[in-house]
Amino acid sequence: MSQISLPDHAGPVETVWHWTYIAICSLIFLFLIAPILVIIPLSFNAEPYFTFTSGMMSLDPEAFSMRWYEDFMNKEIWQRSIANSFFIAFFATILATVLGTLASLGLSRSEMPNKGLFMGLLISPMIVPVIITAAGIFFFYATMNDYIPLTGSYLGVIIAHAVLGTPFVVITVTATLSGFDHSLTRAGAMLGADPTTVFFKIIMPLILPGVISGALFAFVTSFDEVVVVLFVASVEQQTIPRQMWAGIRESISPTILAVATILICISICLLATVELLRRRSERLRGMSPG
Amino acid sequence: MVGPYSLSYRGGEMSELLTTVDGRPLKEALANAERSKRIRAVLLVLPLFVFIFFSFLYPIALMLYRSVENPLIAEHMVETVAILENWDVKEVPSEEAFAALANDLVAARKTREIGKIATRLNFETPGLRSVITGTGRKAPRWGPPFKEQFIAYRSEWGELETWATLKRLSPTITTVNYLAAVDRKLNVEGNVVQIDENYQIYVDLFMRTAWMSILVTLACVILGFPIAYMLASLPLRQSNMLMILVLLPFWTSLLVRTTSWIVLLQTQGVLNDLMVWVGIINDAQRIQLIFNAQGTVIAMTQILLPFMVLPLYSVMKTIPPSYLRAAESLGAHRFLAFWRVYVPNTLPGVGAGCLLVFILAIGYYITPALVGGQDGQMISNMIAFHMQKSLNWGLAAALGGLLLLGVVLLYWVYNKLVGIDRLQMG
Repeated sequence: MSQISLPDHAGPVETVWHWTYIAICSLIFLFLIAPILVIIPLSFNAEPYFTFTSGMMSLDPEAFSMRWYEDFMNKEIWQRSIANSFFIAFFATILATVLGTLASLGLSRSEMPNKGLFMGLLISPMIVPVIITAAGIFFFYATMNDYIPLTGSYLGVIIAHAVLGTPFVVITVTATLSGFDHSLTRAGAMLGADPTTVFFKIIMPLILPGVISGALFAFVTSFDEVVVVLFVASVEQQTIPRQMWAGIRESISPTILAVATILICISICLLATVELLRRRSERLRGMSPG
Repeated sequence: MVGPYSLSYRGGEMSELLTTVDGRPLKEALANAERSKRIRAVLLVLPLFVFIFFSFLYPIALMLYRSVENPLIAEHMVETVAILENWDVKEVPSEEAFAALANDLVAARKTREIGKIATRLNFETPGLRSVITGTGRKAPRWGPPFKEQFIAYRSEWGELETWATLKRLSPTITTVNYLAAVDRKLNVEGNVVQIDENYQIYVDLFMRTAWMSILVTLACVILGFPIAYMLASLPLRQSNMLMILVLLPFWTSLLVRTTSWIVLLQTQGVLNDLMVWVGIINDAQRIQLIFNAQGTVIAMTQILLPFMVLPLYSVMKTIPPSYLRAAESLGAHRFLAFWRVYVPNTLPGVGAGCLLVFILAIGYYITPALVGGQDGQMISNMIAFHMQKSLNWGLAAALGGLLLLGVVLLYWVYNKLVGIDRLQMG
């Protein structure tokens, strides 16, 4: 299996090439991960600089501080942003997950007509550049404002974020359903369960890992979204990414690094959850020895 | 419980027709069952479809309509538009047109639409804004004959171009936005011509967007191929560990990653500090690595690399290692075997990854906006500029329409070649 390891009979050329290859790969992994990791120590910088001070290099405790985290905790705008982000992402996720899961159940049935077309349309919010989506939704809300005020409202942002999140739910849940044994639902029906019971007792527990992964993707999509917020939200719906955007463009302060570090920790938790779910479902399907 | 499909022969005689227990012909009953199953499947998809239709497809259609609609002039300059309809664009129109224009401008000034009209005409022919607003201010004090007073006030009224602009913007459906989006316009004779060289920006911008996306895609293949190969070749336990290094950036906020690149690459940033400290450059030679096109390409490559690695990895995972061993045992050198046997097998993954990265790159907005500086801006940034700053929504919509056309074509190709259901994350 392992083509990476060096065979015993390797000549000098192959040995050199082998180690060069490992070095190249390490550099590429470094390129992927370093930009994320470099931010974490810098967020504890005692000075308002975006680079390592000589004090930090010599690990002088004086050079490190929590001041940017304190700044984050004490600024009302950041508090409001984080509350807004969670509020909007929570409801957008619920909307996207419910609609996306239902649609996936339909899409993975063999009787579904024009499956490819529907799938293509329902995935398209992920492919269409978000600036176009945002502009379209901006025009749409402008025409709707006489009936429901959507511009500058929480509902407007939640709907737009749910649109952007649904493709992720559809992709993960249909992927889970592709390994689903449909004779189980027939077995359930034959044993006397009505469709609702079959859904909650048989289908749901089996596809739950996929649904949760999809929901987490939808959550992250909303939690990280800034363009739609720029176009349709008002100051009242200020979110974390919107506040970071303003921070980077206007008054760059190291508080942003503290926020970024907190967001990285959230990402790590979400990634760990999704990976655990994925490995669990792979193990259940007997695909992975891990 | 007896299912609806259980068969029965009616009576003792051999019936030709197979029926269900309740006496319906089997064929019909099966067709009914099929249909109700199909309806159930559609009903499950319907809520999401309706949702996507109203909050995504319809808004985009609305945007596309914005790119061709042009009601402003026709609604607020009724008299002028009516007279210009029969004007042959040969010479400056007669007194009659000037009188109509004076009436329209006075009326538009009262309804306060004159600012919008001036802006609209100014988008088409730069310089007309002050001509319109200024004339609107003076016109109430003028009496007939208007023509001399108009031309005496602003010589533009004596030029064919001004009147041709008015006529060109009279129809309620227009192509001027799309022409403007490709640096073209209609001249006085009604032919499509290139606009003045100093104003040509959009074709270059489209080219630059495509070029930067190609660079990002190439960089992603070059960087993604070795690590995807490593991930696919290592034992699962180790590759799962390394996979986290690919997936963590994928899950990390785009703004966080963009911020990181600013921190790393700016002139007073970590990388420049490191180079000065090591002694590669001295303090005066710090390199401008970000806030330009190069910084945008670097940051976008790191951000989009996971989208290349994942499809490559999943294709490489399916290539049996025995192929390489077979080639080697048949006498091929290790490198030759890799190049002639392994690489061709990975091409579906390379194609899928390239298309996906290119599609995502071409519509990028946030990263170029934050780290692009002057020469790293892409077409999305121009759309945002016209949406939010210049408020030329028609042009923004036309630029968006052209970008959308490109993306939809690529998406269609992707769907044909790869299949949208093969798209995966993590």
